Amino acid sequence: MSYGSGADSPELSASKLPGPRGAKGGAAGKGSDTPGRTGDAPGRTGGSPGGGRARKGSSGGGGSAMSVRPWIAAGFLVPAIVLLGTLVVYPIGYSLYRSFFDAAGTGFVGLENYVQVFSGDGFTAVKNTLVWVIVGPSVATAFGLLFAVLTERVRWGTAFKMVVFMPMAISMLAAGIIFGLVYQQDAERGVANAAWVTVHDTFAESSPWPGARPRPDSGLAESGGGSYTTESAVDREGGATDLPLVGVPPQELADAEPAKKPTARDRAGDEVVGTVWLDFTRGGGGESGAIDQREKALSGITVEAVRGGEVVASAETGDDGTYSLPAEAEGAKLRLPASNFAEPYGGVNWLGSTLVTPSIIASYIWMWAGFAMVLIAAGLAGIPRELLEAARVDGASEWQVFRKVTVPLLAPVLGVVVVTLMINVLKIFDLVYIIAPSATQSDANVLALELYLSSFGGGGNQGYGSAIAVVLLLLVVPMMIVNIRRLRRENRR
Amino acid sequence: MSTSSPPRPGAPRPSLGSRIAALTGGTATRLVLVLIALVWLLPTAGLLGSSFRDSADIADSGWWSVLGDPGQLTFGNYEALLYNETITDSLFVTLMITIPSTVLVIVVASLAGYAFACLEFRGRDWWFLLVVGLLVVPVQVALLPVSKLFDLVGLFETTPGVVLFHTAFGLPFAIFLLRNFFAEIPRELLEAARLDGAGELRLFFRVVMPLGGPAIASLGIFQFLWVWNDMLVSLIFADAGSPPITVALQQQVRQFGNSIDVLAPGAFVSMIIPLAVFFLFQRQFVSGVMAGAIK
Repeated sequence: MSYGSGADSPELSASKLPGPRGAKGGAAGKGSDTPGRTGDAPGRTGGSPGGGRARKGSSGGGGSAMSVRPWIAAGFLVPAIVLLGTLVVYPIGYSLYRSFFDAAGTGFVGLENYVQVFSGDGFTAVKNTLVWVIVGPSVATAFGLLFAVLTERVRWGTAFKMVVFMPMAISMLAAGIIFGLVYQQDAERGVANAAWVTVHDTFAESSPWPGARPRPDSGLAESGGGSYTTESAVDREGGATDLPLVGVPPQELADAEPAKKPTARDRAGDEVVGTVWLDFTRGGGGESGAIDQREKALSGITVEAVRGGEVVASAETGDDGTYSLPAEAEGAKLRLPASNFAEPYGGVNWLGSTLVTPSIIASYIWMWAGFAMVLIAAGLAGIPRELLEAARVDGASEWQVFRKVTVPLLAPVLGVVVVTLMINVLKIFDLVYIIAPSATQSDANVLALELYLSSFGGGGNQGYGSAIAVVLLLLVVPMMIVNIRRLRRENRR
Repeated sequence: MSTSSPPRPGAPRPSLGSRIAALTGGTATRLVLVLIALVWLLPTAGLLGSSFRDSADIADSGWWSVLGDPGQLTFGNYEALLYNETITDSLFVTLMITIPSTVLVIVVASLAGYAFACLEFRGRDWWFLLVVGLLVVPVQVALLPVSKLFDLVGLFETTPGVVLFHTAFGLPFAIFLLRNFFAEIPRELLEAARLDGAGELRLFFRVVMPLGGPAIASLGIFQFLWVWNDMLVSLIFADAGSPPITVALQQQVRQFGNSIDVLAPGAFVSMIIPLAVFFLFQRQFVSGVMAGAIK
């Protein structure tokens, strides 16, 4: 509930419950925070302390000027009563009634539909809704708190707030499409995976030639874990140690340099040299195991010299496919480690069955953190500066000030934000319906979606759907009671 | 920043950590905020970027490649959208739903709000409590019963049906908001008008409605956006043959991978009005959304 606690924010005072007419001077003063309203009520400061009660006395004679004939009041209320009665109140009753009957609507089944919600078809939806209610509001509120605190003393904080608050303006459908794009699996297309793969590949080197492998008769043998090692030790006298590979689609090498034999100059010293290349001539021809004219170099391949199980030297092939190992490599075996050939890291399957719900919750947080931020910023503005200053003067660090002073003072606002978001999250439908691909829709299911699917989306069990509707309603009843009690309290004041 | 002031004599020396924080805090905070803002903008930028690329480019690479190769940018998708009758019609349908729903809510709720705020009648507080109780009722409760009801009276899958549904579910909040606002109108104004012999209707139109301007503006903006952005209600109650924009786009979503060239510009077009409202009427927008979030 945004009213009450947010009294210090001009934006929020419209939603505040000022208490009907009899509002005390104090309450009226708070209400006049809204600039628009101050102007509207020039006479209020004088008139409000007395409120309605004083007026009754003054009108005297034939009763209060406020009392009107019942039919006049009824006239004003009828349109609202008719609409609310037929489209809101009656449906509540009908859903409740319908939830006790079977799919056909003829057989009374007692609580069976409710059992089905909690332990049958609806179980995933109940579980996910629970995850949503716990995670979504708290994380959105945490972000809102962080943003509100960070922007407080930054001059362009308003611009930042606009950026974060903007998603509140757009539809959940648009947000769903936006995040459908973000979560696209292909790292070439979805920005989430593009970022993730970039981070991943920064720490784990990506392989230059996935899928490449030696020719069977090339003298290279599989040596475990996807690496290949020469069968015989290097013998410099025998000339260059060339390592032919196959298995790379030629089109990937269209721009590569032609493979080159190491020149005599490369061998001037004691180096062990050789070429790694794609031993495949496009269009046929070419001799197996020999570097033919049109065959392409494989650059960036790591070549290790291994002796007695230990790497004694390593080198990487250049653009022309040649490598050059120092003299220690003499007599060692050459190994092409598996990192040369590993499949590229494909990123995270954001919308797969395990991550689909957290991913969609993230999109919700993107939409609603701004809401939390604005409410919390309003609360923050109401905290007396002196309190914070006093704590700082006493030597408290910024973190301690935040933890021990700011947060406790904000607790009521934080509570209001969390509860409001919880109510909001219960009804979440569009985001899940749009973002979750059909394959994992059942993994991402929530109550509001399950209701739609069962009653309208071909599920065809309206008794069960009605039971879900009633469950959703029951979940917000505590909030309903809080609203009503708050109103009555304000009325009594 | 207050933290940068030198420690006062007598006060404990601030810890090293807090002094470092004080020195770097300003810059670090700004940097973090800029990063967060970029992250927050990124998804929308992705939609915008994608909407200006043709389908071959979309299939080929990420939208960010336009940064290196702005030559890809094309209005082609938007041009195609212009000739896509489903989409253009759906925008019209959306307006036909949104405008009447907004006007109706304002009219009906103003009347009721006036009665609750300015008239004495028996049981008034109980009726108002009922309205407050209805504030948080989720629309899901009414979907099935109202669809049966509408089916019975021929309103199912019609625009008036959608309008009525939105109006009804907009009412509790609207009445609540307006009643509270009207209640703050100085009694003296109403008294004076009544003594001059003005009837209640005249009072309503000449005194209360003009004074209610700010609240009605907030309410109008909130309701307009609420209905404009709705998908669920229209999914069920609107004619699937001529749906509003949200449903029209939703119908394309199932083939997500290969309909981005329609979805991205379509979604962006559907966002233009809400974003315009957001930037033009920021104050009313914020107060409307804040107040309305209790729905």
